[in-house]
Amino acid sequence: MNAHTPVAKADPSRREVLVVGAVVAGSSLLVGCSIGDLMSIGSEAEFGAFGPFIKITDDGQVTVISKHIEFGQGSHAGLAAIVAEEMDADWNRVRVEQAPAVAKAYANSLMGVQGTGGSTAIANSWTQLRTAGAAARAMFVEAATKKFGVPAGQITVKDSVVSGGGQSATFAELLFDASKVKPPKAPVLKDPKAFTLIGTDRVRRKDSQVKSDGSALFTADVKEDGLLTAVVAHAPRFGGKVKSFDDTAARKVKGVVDVVEIPSGVAVVATGTWAALKGREALKVEWDDSKAETRSSDQIMAEYRAAAAGKGPEDLKWTPFDSKGDASSATGEVFEATYDFPYLAHATMEPMNCVALVKGNNATLTFGSQAPTLDQLNTAKIVGNLPGAIKIETLFAGGSFGRRANFQSDYVVECVHIAKKAGKGKPVKLIWTREDDMRAGYFRPIVHHALKITVDKDGYPATWTHRIVTQSLMKGSPTGVPELDETAVEGAHGSPYLKATPVVDAQLALPEVGVPVLWWRSVGATHTAHVMEHTIDQLARKAGKDPVEYRRVLFTRAGAKRHLAVLDLALSKAGPVPGGQFRGVAVHESFGSVVAQIADVSLAEGADPKVNRVVTAIDCGTAISPDQIAAQMEGGTCYGLSAALYGEVTLKDGAVQETNFDSYRVLRLPEAPIVETHVLPSGNPPSGVGEPGTPVITAALANAMLAAGQAPVTRLPIVRAVA
Amino acid sequence: MAIAFELNGKAVTVTAEDDTPLLWVIRDELGLTGAKYGCGVAQCGACTVHVNGQPARSCSTPVGAVAGLKITTIEGLGGHHPVQQAWVKADVPQCGYCQSGQIMSAVALLTENKAPSDADIDAAMAGNICRCGTYQRIRAAIKDAAGIAAALPAKA
Repeated sequence: MNAHTPVAKADPSRREVLVVGAVVAGSSLLVGCSIGDLMSIGSEAEFGAFGPFIKITDDGQVTVISKHIEFGQGSHAGLAAIVAEEMDADWNRVRVEQAPAVAKAYANSLMGVQGTGGSTAIANSWTQLRTAGAAARAMFVEAATKKFGVPAGQITVKDSVVSGGGQSATFAELLFDASKVKPPKAPVLKDPKAFTLIGTDRVRRKDSQVKSDGSALFTADVKEDGLLTAVVAHAPRFGGKVKSFDDTAARKVKGVVDVVEIPSGVAVVATGTWAALKGREALKVEWDDSKAETRSSDQIMAEYRAAAAGKGPEDLKWTPFDSKGDASSATGEVFEATYDFPYLAHATMEPMNCVALVKGNNATLTFGSQAPTLDQLNTAKIVGNLPGAIKIETLFAGGSFGRRANFQSDYVVECVHIAKKAGKGKPVKLIWTREDDMRAGYFRPIVHHALKITVDKDGYPATWTHRIVTQSLMKGSPTGVPELDETAVEGAHGSPYLKATPVVDAQLALPEVGVPVLWWRSVGATHTAHVMEHTIDQLARKAGKDPVEYRRVLFTRAGAKRHLAVLDLALSKAGPVPGGQFRGVAVHESFGSVVAQIADVSLAEGADPKVNRVVTAIDCGTAISPDQIAAQMEGGTCYGLSAALYGEVTLKDGAVQETNFDSYRVLRLPEAPIVETHVLPSGNPPSGVGEPGTPVITAALANAMLAAGQAPVTRLPIVRAVA
Repeated sequence: MAIAFELNGKAVTVTAEDDTPLLWVIRDELGLTGAKYGCGVAQCGACTVHVNGQPARSCSTPVGAVAGLKITTIEGLGGHHPVQQAWVKADVPQCGYCQSGQIMSAVALLTENKAPSDADIDAAMAGNICRCGTYQRIRAAIKDAAGIAAALPAKA
């Protein structure tokens, strides 16, 4: 028996259809209706006796349905462990399956739509999955009370075996009866002190075997009958359009079946990848750049610097944050610092790709969908259907770091257009080459910070003037750019250093630039963590104080107890500085977690800085999987260090100059540090882990360079700045 | 044209243009998708296979050049090769996309060098990029597979 029994779904009403139509058209009529419900209209979702998150088959196998994509961050294991803990299921017999796109069941409670991001997978699922697991457990207990003839209080559950009154039965044996029990609405959750799985090293990944034997299925690996492969010739500049094209030679390439114009360029559709690529090589396209962005990255940075210095356009809007007191009254010596951050590509190992099948108004997508609801909405607009009717099967994705979730669903939409125009009822796999991926934008934007700080008689900040100029990540959001775009200021906004400073004048400006930009692992913290932590080290040294003690004073003034705790934990594990090396310290809060890092660095004359060891302490609330938290600290540190040392995308006359890993250098194994992770014990609910390990290393490394007497790092990446 | 070679111990003959990269022949024609496309220019190592036992970037190896040679892909290791076991034990993979290539490079290293030093590992693995940053676990898993006590960091 499969307890995943269908539940009937009524057809959408005419009013529901109209409301969705209004949303799709961009109007907002959302009163009294959740977006998740709305975006699910048209879906045929069915859930079994144990609800949308748990399936149990008659062999006793427990399958946890993950509403979050697994693209490396390890949340499949964490989500499954939460359910298994509350169910008292046998962890070795728990597997994970990816949820379909059904926002009303699988919305991220911190986003309102189905999507993975902001390091929220575990945090937003914590209570939801505990409740689901506890309800399922209660159903088995209820079934056992009848079978055993003993009250619930005498029943225990361990490793999928229910016992009581001298009798016992497995989940498999009780499944039929348990599936008939009405699920309790408010099941009793475990006392965390009774956890036997959560927080232990038994919570390990469920996908290591398939990811070590080549059998894990990624979008690139999808095989379907009649599958066509497409590549697209894109405009060399953002905003460029097709003027005309000649496909005579392309169509002569063996294996090419069609060449079609789509909004984002010209697609070559073929029977295989090599034929598609050769076809594209033979294609001649003329581009219309009349509306394209033609500035160079140097020029954009120069304009940002001018704006921060008060020499920008008069109509440039400045939005304050954390401001208090009157900074114009500042007296004494002014410490000034500016910081320049370049465009960064996510450069996931698996370039963007998608498989789409379009038949009439119906579309089925098979790919690593990070934001299924957005992808449904954007696809629905093209095929003329309800968002909920768009089917998505989400596969493993070869990394994302933010890239796969954007308001336009850029590469998804491209694939759907091709499938609609040239698929003729066959599935189309869109492949981007590394060069396509790197030139497509959705970069971490260029950011400029300008600071002016005066200090009190003891050397601590008295007034803090801060200007941030960057591009908004929220442009294109269905809800518009908020009054204060938190994604541009987070990490500076709310910083304990600003809390500890009596007078603050902090402001943000977001000029328009025609380069698509996006969140990049740790978002605002990619720049604010360096600015705040490197500035503080410079202020401490200027005041003749130890940078750690200086931080302690400011954290204490700000009431930043978690910052103090992780700093102390990291210091207690770091030991002495190895001979010939230099040590840098940095502490930063992001996504609800606080991370302290202590980096030991070799700085040999004429060589690139080498980070040898990074002692990391994190407060991420309740730790579900200590091993995967460590994995994210290791990987997050490498991702941040890669950008700190080498990451930079440049534009020349609007065209992206970097094309592949030979020109966009990334961290390789010999350059990777050993990261030691220490998790601060905490009874708080879980907070983020995937991103908080990324932004801290830049400042920790730069502060080690300060300790060695080197100049402050005011322009990233470091290797270029040093050269 | 028809090109014959050995793939994971079996004789295969494919019909393809000589200049077609071996990677696309293996993936699109022969249906083995463990080797991945990552860069197309031998920069990232995701496509690494063995050609007569030597690691090779299949994205930049024309199929015409492997006629009569022995090709091994990740599938050819069988799934429980000591290096694969070490990978699973250490939970090396994160997104997993680069790991076939990492493992093929590691197997080639350990075939040549039973007890690689850190410098040997650096040299053998520098051509394989992992954007998730699993490098320290890769290093530890290679040492584990070689039977060398790995200097794994303490975990809280």
